[in-house]
Order: sequence, then structure tokens, then C-alpha cells
Amino acid sequence: MSALELHDVAIRPCATCAPLFAPLTLRVPAGSVTTIIGASGIGKSTLIDFIGGHLSAGFEAAGRVTLNGRDVTRLPAEARRIGILFQDALLFPHLSVGDNLAFGLARSVHGRARRRAAVEAALDQAGLAGFYERDPATLSGGQRARAALMRTLLAEPLALLLDEPFSKLDPDRRADLRAFVFDHVRDRAVPVLMVSHDAEDAAAAGGPLVALE
Amino acid sequence: MRNTEGRWLRLTVLGLVAAGLVLPILAGLWETGRAAFGYLPAIGAETLSIDPWRRLWSLPGFSTSLSLTLWTGFASTLLALAIATGFCAAVHGRMSAGQSARLLTPFLAAPHAALAIGLAFLIAPSGWIARVLSPWATGWDLPPDLATVRDPCGIALILGLLVKEVPFFLLVMLSALSQVPVRAHLAAGRALGYGRGVVWIKVIAPQVYPLIRLPVFVVLSFALSVVDMAIILGPSNPPTLAVAMTRWFFAADTMLILPASAAALLQTALVAGGILLWLGAERAVTVAGRFWIRRGGRGLSSGPGLVLAGAGAGFLMALGAAALLALLLWSVAWRWPFPDALPESWSLRAWARPAMGWGMALKQTLIIGLATTALSLTLAIAWLEGEDRAGLNRARWAEGLIYLPLLVPQVAFLYGLSVTFLRAGMTGGMVAVIWGQALFVFPYVMIALSDPWRALDRRMVRAAAALGAGPLRRLFAVKLPILLAPVLTAAAIGFAVSVAQYLPTLFLGAGRIATLTTEAVTLSSGSDRRVTGVYAVLQAALPFAAYAAALMLPALLLRHRRGLAGASA
Amino acid sequence: MRLPLLALLAAGLAAPALADSWDDTVAAARGQTVYWNAWGGDERTNDFIAWASGALEAQYGVTIQQVKLSDTAEAVTRVIAEKAAGQTEGGAVDLIWINGTNFLSMKKQGLLHGPFLADLPNAKYLDLSEGSAAVVDFTIPTEGYESPWRLAKFVLTHDSARVPEPPRSMAALLDWTTANPGRFTHPAVSNFMGATFLKQALIELAPDPAVLQGEATDEAYSAATEPLWAWYDALRPTLWRQGESFPENESVLQQMLNDGEVDFAMAFDPAAAAAAVERGLLPDTVRSYAPEGGSIGNVSFVAIPFNAAHKEGAMVVANFLLDPATQAHAQDITVLGSYSVLDPARLGEAEKAAFAALPASPALPSNEALGPTLNEPHPSWMTRIAEDWARRYTE
Repeated sequence: MSALELHDVAIRPCATCAPLFAPLTLRVPAGSVTTIIGASGIGKSTLIDFIGGHLSAGFEAAGRVTLNGRDVTRLPAEARRIGILFQDALLFPHLSVGDNLAFGLARSVHGRARRRAAVEAALDQAGLAGFYERDPATLSGGQRARAALMRTLLAEPLALLLDEPFSKLDPDRRADLRAFVFDHVRDRAVPVLMVSHDAEDAAAAGGPLVALE
Repeated sequence: MRNTEGRWLRLTVLGLVAAGLVLPILAGLWETGRAAFGYLPAIGAETLSIDPWRRLWSLPGFSTSLSLTLWTGFASTLLALAIATGFCAAVHGRMSAGQSARLLTPFLAAPHAALAIGLAFLIAPSGWIARVLSPWATGWDLPPDLATVRDPCGIALILGLLVKEVPFFLLVMLSALSQVPVRAHLAAGRALGYGRGVVWIKVIAPQVYPLIRLPVFVVLSFALSVVDMAIILGPSNPPTLAVAMTRWFFAADTMLILPASAAALLQTALVAGGILLWLGAERAVTVAGRFWIRRGGRGLSSGPGLVLAGAGAGFLMALGAAALLALLLWSVAWRWPFPDALPESWSLRAWARPAMGWGMALKQTLIIGLATTALSLTLAIAWLEGEDRAGLNRARWAEGLIYLPLLVPQVAFLYGLSVTFLRAGMTGGMVAVIWGQALFVFPYVMIALSDPWRALDRRMVRAAAALGAGPLRRLFAVKLPILLAPVLTAAAIGFAVSVAQYLPTLFLGAGRIATLTTEAVTLSSGSDRRVTGVYAVLQAALPFAAYAAALMLPALLLRHRRGLAGASA
Repeated sequence: MRLPLLALLAAGLAAPALADSWDDTVAAARGQTVYWNAWGGDERTNDFIAWASGALEAQYGVTIQQVKLSDTAEAVTRVIAEKAAGQTEGGAVDLIWINGTNFLSMKKQGLLHGPFLADLPNAKYLDLSEGSAAVVDFTIPTEGYESPWRLAKFVLTHDSARVPEPPRSMAALLDWTTANPGRFTHPAVSNFMGATFLKQALIELAPDPAVLQGEATDEAYSAATEPLWAWYDALRPTLWRQGESFPENESVLQQMLNDGEVDFAMAFDPAAAAAAVERGLLPDTVRSYAPEGGSIGNVSFVAIPFNAAHKEGAMVVANFLLDPATQAHAQDITVLGSYSVLDPARLGEAEKAAFAALPASPALPSNEALGPTLNEPHPSWMTRIAEDWARRYTE
């Protein structure tokens, strides 16, 4: 039953505009990575925004999004429990690396010491041990991306959206990070939806492929 | 749907702005308007008539006051615009944004009154410049009988306005220039054989101008209706219309309130007419400019014009700096007779007794400044957050609403507003003054905060939401900390504006609220330049300290956060 | 039988009733802050008011908050604005330092509280007989609506190092300015001091100065002022900046004397120059004198607006200002140097001794140099002269 489902989703840039893509119905099962591919400008990122609850004003959307059977279409983004990994890491510049992870860490973890330990453990997994107090601006691109993934996972999302998360990395780093991300998300056994225009990404994900048109 | 909360917030803020900002202005204009047509029961005037206007027309010096107002207002605005454009062209690309911000800060921070007092001493026939040059260069043992301050033509007033307005124009121009691909267009223009200055005038200026048009109108309105600076530097017999009107409002013959109210309406019409005239001239320049550009003149010779404008701006800044220094020097002088270049004897006596005066004024200024700034900042953040949550862009009318208090001349509605406040049972005091000042502080805070707020990477906010952070946490834990520097800068600007307010404090404070500014202006017509110096120095130091804090606090708090360093200016 | 008894009872009650009501006033005043609207351009006066606040707080629990005005008319406007708004009590102005036209304007419009002068215990030191300077303000009987507090008298101040022999009449002044163009000016006539300068000239030049004590009728006005305008037409081009602009008030003029921009200042206070020397605001070579025929003098008053929030406190302040000890302190050259308004004949020996013990200064004119005191013309003269001047000389 654990799945992210789209029912007849259609998005228009304005009320009278033509839809960006044909109505989309899709089931993303837990534990695998489903990839949506399509030319740039077709609305892949807009679709991610819609599913996550971040659609910009002006856009008109139809259709429903359900997560584990629950309709989340009208919920505010923060109540959906859908994590997103963006093209950029988007670490908050005013917080240290560790505090960025603590920002994401679910409320269910109580106590200062336990929260600190959870963050340290996540840093350790990401190969960032001892980076708690570091300024995010001093990290390399790969380090930042791994920190961002950990921040997202610590929030214990029920589904995960990946918005071309590797497109800004140089090619030799990309393979490493891809492996790192996919290993971690598969462990979580949640539905994962990735949009990309890179065939290698889709191949590495190893899941179903959906073309947007 | 999910925007309901945003809508409510927006409605609340709009309601507050309408009730707190627009209504008082309209009520003030209404009261002033009634008095202008002869209705002010308090002084026994109860019949509507146009007598106040007849009386106004027949008041001695009225027509001279009117032409003086138009001359000083337009001349200073045009000159300031030209000098600022030239200076921008001369220094753009040679100075970083941070450097220029630091250079402009002292001039933006110094209140009009303090600068005017300093400038008056600097350029007077017995002033510092004359003292430094006498008697060895000029042969003067006594000051010459020259009208260098309060001259009948208003040149000193224009000079004073320039010292203050050129840095303001520079600030808005530099921020507008960051939205224009200057480097690329300069290169393209010069590759086509156009001189640097010509590219600025034919290519860059037309792109920048629409972005700074509203600030130009604000300056024009201000220059046409300025009171504190005109009292200190402007002609006195007769003075400009705004000063004459303020005198009539406070004259012993209370029936003068009626023609003064008529003058207040006329002042509003002057500003409105001035803006219309300016818009007309804009059209004409656009048409003429198009022909001029089509002729394709390369004009390599415009270099000297740029140099002149750049030198003009440098000269004005030197003048402003010397004026502030002169204030400081006087405040620690004891005897400083002409033609000594420096005081003959020194003393800290003027500073030594805060309890006798400046301590109280400093306290009142601080309380009012902090309260107004906090109020305006809260309202501005609520407004911007409301726009964010409702996902709406700002409508043109809303932008107009923000600028309204800066475009309607203060003198036009403050008397009426003080009557309205009294009728509402708000006896002139702190609350009335804080409210009155907030009318002028809020727009500046709003203008200062809007651009950086919109420039914030929206995806940061989405990332926070995706991590489960609700609207409040997103605002307080993500947006505001990231925007710390611009928020503090907006607060410093608001504080500086509050400290500089003269007329709102005078009219709404029932005379009970003495701030550094009202005291400095009053003392400028006193006999003790040393005490005036103390007030003016404090008056200039407060906003300066606020700007310094706004620059240094983020640098200190965020010193380990490279991602935010330098993002401030 | 019944009538005399009633009269006796009434008489018996009346005296204690007055005392009681003053005690009530003092009791009600305790803890009040009196907003005294007073011209703030003179630091000595401001300091004196601050001193008075301290003394009053110790004695009566009343404090003064001085509202420093650049023009007394600001306070009048404030009261009018309050009346406009229907605020008949709890007004912002408790006490005004007031004179002449402003007093006339407020009294005419019923904006004053009173009469209250007779309620003040210290009024017994004043000469309250009809026509006495203490009860006449610019020829207007005060009728108890204001209380005197300081004596003013017109003097000219010059730097004896630059001008050893100053002109001692208005005619001689014209000769001097003709010989030394640009070295003399007076405050703008819209200002009290500037108007006083013209009135001083008017008294000296008018064919019959006696008419000045009556209302300025059209006929009397043109006859009396003709020589004045003839004299001024000749004087004006010889003034500082050719008489095209003027300093705002006597303080600015004093600063100009200090800077050397002009050679004369003027004041409505014989001790002003001496005090300015003391404070380093004028060179110690300045001297003050009155024109040889005598000079205009008047008494400064305080009045209470009809809607003042702290009337009792204001009355306590007015009474305190009339205290012989206060008046002696004010006459001290190191304090205010303003001459006493009290009638010396009504003072006891101890009080007289306090006045005799005050210090002296070379810049302080002797009684001989001050000459006789001339009465202020009726206020209508000042109004008409100021308007006429503005019409004639404002382009």
C-alpha cells in the first residue's frame, strides 16, 4: 500500500494557457526509484513543485496527489512529509552544517544529547564526520549535496522527490554521489520520484521510466 | 485554499496601513482644506469663503516666496540628478558596491538639520572657510558683508539640498544599475565608436531612469516643501513658501492660520503640478532624445562634462564632511573669534551638563526612534510576508500607497492632522509623535527591505517547508536570519529617518516632545553655536551609529558564514 | 442688627477662605508637572527655569518641564488648536511666558484662565495700583490674567574695542551707519526685538510721543510714523546686506557681533551682554547702553491657558517667581541679571539686603547709563508698524 500516486495531474502556467503536459497518472511504489524524463522546459520541475506543495502563484493545477492512500493535494507543503532534493544543496547559509541537519531532524527525536548524536551519526554516514561546526559555504559541491540528502532524510519523509539532483556536479563526482544517494533512499523503503534529462541518471536509478510529453 | 492565511495577513496589514497611514493623511488634508476655505470654528471662522486665498495672495512677499520655492525645488532636483548621473558614470566599475555604500553612509545618515547648521557655519562670511583664508589670503580682518548664507536667491539652500540629495540619488542609482547590464552595454556602445559619457547618456541613463523615477519625485516633493533646511540656509525676507507657511501657522495673529492652510493646499498643488510638469518634460526629453540618438553623434568630447559632475559630487561630499567636522569643533570650543582658523580656547562645558538639556532630548529621540523603527519594521515584514504567503506580486496601487506619505508635502496635512489627533482625544505626546513619524519611516523601511526580500532564493523557503517547517518557523528560522543584514539596514534607515523628522515632531508633539532635531533647529536661531554644535553632533551621530551597527552586527554574528558575508550591501 | 452681623461673618470668613484656598491650591499642585512654554533661545533663562524647577520640587513637590519655543506664538497656536478640537480641559500648555500682542490675542479670544494674580500670596510685594508697570502689559490692563516675573529694558550693545564712541540717538545712529555701511542691523521686524527697535525709534522720532499711548488710529498713525519711515528709508541701504535680509532675533544678532559681522547687538535685557561675556559668547570689551533720551521698558508676564491641565501647579510657579528670594536670585548677574519686578517700598530689610549683595560686572550698565524708562506704545502700534514695514520692505 505504501506508494505515491498521481491521478490525472495537469498543470497550466496560467488559467487560460495550454497544459504543460498530457494528464499524468502514475504510481510510484516504495523502495524503488521511478524516473520521469523529458525535454527541458516541459514542466518536470513544476510537477515536482506541485507534488511537494510548492507550486508558484499563477499556476493552475488539476488532479490529485495521494501518499500512502491519503490525499495530500490540499495540504500545505510542511504537512505532506514529502522530502525534496533540489539541483542545488540549498543548505541554509546562516546555520552550520550540523545545525542544517538538526533543522531537518524530526521532532520525534527528543533531548539535546540524542539529537546531537543523531546528527553526528548522519554526518558520519555522509563522510562528513567532524563537520558539525563547519560553515556550509566552505564545503565542496559533493559534500554539500551529501549534507543536503542527510538533512532531507533526517526529516523522515514518507516520500522523496529528486529534482535533477546531480546535474550541477562534474562527471567523475556524479557517479559517486548517485551511488550514495540511491543506496540511502533504497534503505528507507519509501517511494522515490526523480526527474532528470540525463539518461545515465535514469539507468543508474534502475527503476521504471516515464516520459513526459 | 492554502493561501487563506496569507490573504488574512495581507488584509490585516492593508487595513493597518489604510487606517494608520492613509486615513490620517486624508483627515489632515480635509481639516487643512476646510481651514483654507474659511472654516475653523476654534478661531471663530465659520463661513466658507475664498477670503483666505485673497489674504494669502495679498500677504507681503507671497509671490517672491512662490517663485523662490519653484526655483530652489527644481534647480536642486535637476542639478542633483545631473551630478549624481555624472558621478555614477565616472566611478562605476572603479568602486565596489560595498565601498560606495561606506562612502555614502555618513551623508545619508546625517540629518538635514545638522548638515544645514554645519554648512551655514562653513560658508558664512564669518565661516570656517573665510577664517581659514583670512586674513593672509583675503585681507579680511572683519568678515565681508556678503550674502553667502540665506542669500535672496536661495543658492545656499540649493547647495544644502545638493549635499543631501546627491548621495541619495547615488544610492538609488547604484542599486538600479545593478539591474542593468552596464558593462556589456558600455562595451557594445564603445565598440560602435561612442564615447564613454555618451553611452551613459544615450544607453545607460534611459534604462536607469524608469527605475529611479519615484525617488526623483520624492526628492522633488521634498525640495519644494522642505522646512528645517530652508529655515537655516534659505532666504528669510521673504522665505520659501513652506517656511512662510510654517511661520503663519504659528503666528501671533491666529487668523493667519486660514491663509496658511490655503498655502498648505497650494503647496500640495505645487508638488502635484511639479510632478506633472516633470512628466511632461520627461516626454519631451524622450522625443528629443530619440531624434538625437538617431543622428548617431559619437561625441567623444563629453569627457569634461563627466569630470565636472564627478568633481561636483566630490566637492559636495567634501563640503558635507567639513560641515560635520565644524559642528564637532564648535561643540568643544570656548572662544573662537574671527579670523582664527581654529578656536582660541577649548572647553567641554557644552557637553558637561546633559541633565540641563541634551540628555533629555537624546532620550526622547532614542525612544521615538526605536519605537517608530520597530513599528515600521514589523509592519513592513508583515506586509512582505503576506505577499509571500498569498503568492502575489505587488500591485501598482500598493506601491503608490507606500510612496504616498513621501509625495504629499508634510506641511500640507500636519496641521490638520494635529487637530484630528486632538479631537480623537490623543493629546499631543509620545504616541502621536511616534505615529506621525511612522507615516514617513514606514515607506523608507518598506522601500529598503522590498528588493532584498524579493531577491531571497525562494527555494530556500521551499527546502525548509519540505523539511516540515511551518510558516512561522520558515519566517523566523530561515528568512529573517538569512535577511539579517538587509533587515538591519532597513532598520538603520528607518531610525535615521525618524531622528531627522522635524515638522511631525513640532506639530504633533504639542511642543512637549523635544527631540535633538527640534532642539537643534530652535537653537540654530540662538546665540550659542557651541550648544547648537552639541545637539547637531548628537543628531548626526545617532543615525551614524545605527548604520555602523547595521554594517558591523551581521559581520560579527555571521563572521563564520561566508555564504552571507558581503551579501548585505 | 442682622445685617452687620452677616457682614462681620462674611468678612471674618473671607480672609481665612483666601488662605484656605491657597493651601488647597498648594495641596492640589503637589506632584504636578507644569509645562511652561517659554522662549528657549536664551540658555541663561533655560538654566534659570531648570533651577526654579529644582527649588519648587524641594519646596512644593512641583516640577517644571520647559517647552522651549522659538516663538511664543507657537504656544498660542497650540491652545487654539486644542480649542478647535474641543479640548476644554487637560490642555498641553500650563503656563506661558507671554507679552503684548500674544496676551491681547489670547485675552480677547477667552483663552486665558483667571483672574488669578490676586490669589497669589506673593502678589503683596507688587505695586498693584492702576497704571503701575506690574499690571499693565503694553498699555493693556492685565486685570489679573497674568503675573509679572521679570523686568526688561531696551539696550544697545557694542564692542568698545572697535567702536569706542557709539551713537546715542537714532539720528546719530543714521550718521554712524552712513559712515560705516554694512556694520549695523536689527532683527527682523516680525520678531519682537526687531519691532522694539522700530518702536524705540518711533518714540524718539514721533512729533508727539504722547499719542503713542492711545490706539493707533489712521490719522494718528500716519502723522506719528512719517518721520520714522523717512529716517528708515535713509537707514536701510546702509544696513548689513543693504537691509535686504535681517537676523531672526537678538540671539543671532549677538552671535553676529561676536563673529564681527556687525558692530552692534541689541537686547531687551540690560544684563544680557554681561552674562554673554561670562559665558564666552562675547568678547570682554563689549558694553551696553541705552539711547540718551531713555529706552523702552516693560515687564514680562506669565499667563495660564483656560484649559491648562495643571492650573494649581502653574499658580504655584507664578507665586514662586514673585518670591523676593527668587527675584534676587534672578537679578544676580551670574544667573539671569534680570531686574526685579517687585516694588522696593514693599520689601522688608532682609529682602532688600539680598538685592544689595549681588555682584557687579564692567559690561553691566550703571543706572545712569540706562537712563529713564519709556512706556511701551499701545500694541496696535506694534501690529501696524510690523505690517507696514513688511509691506514697504518685503519684495
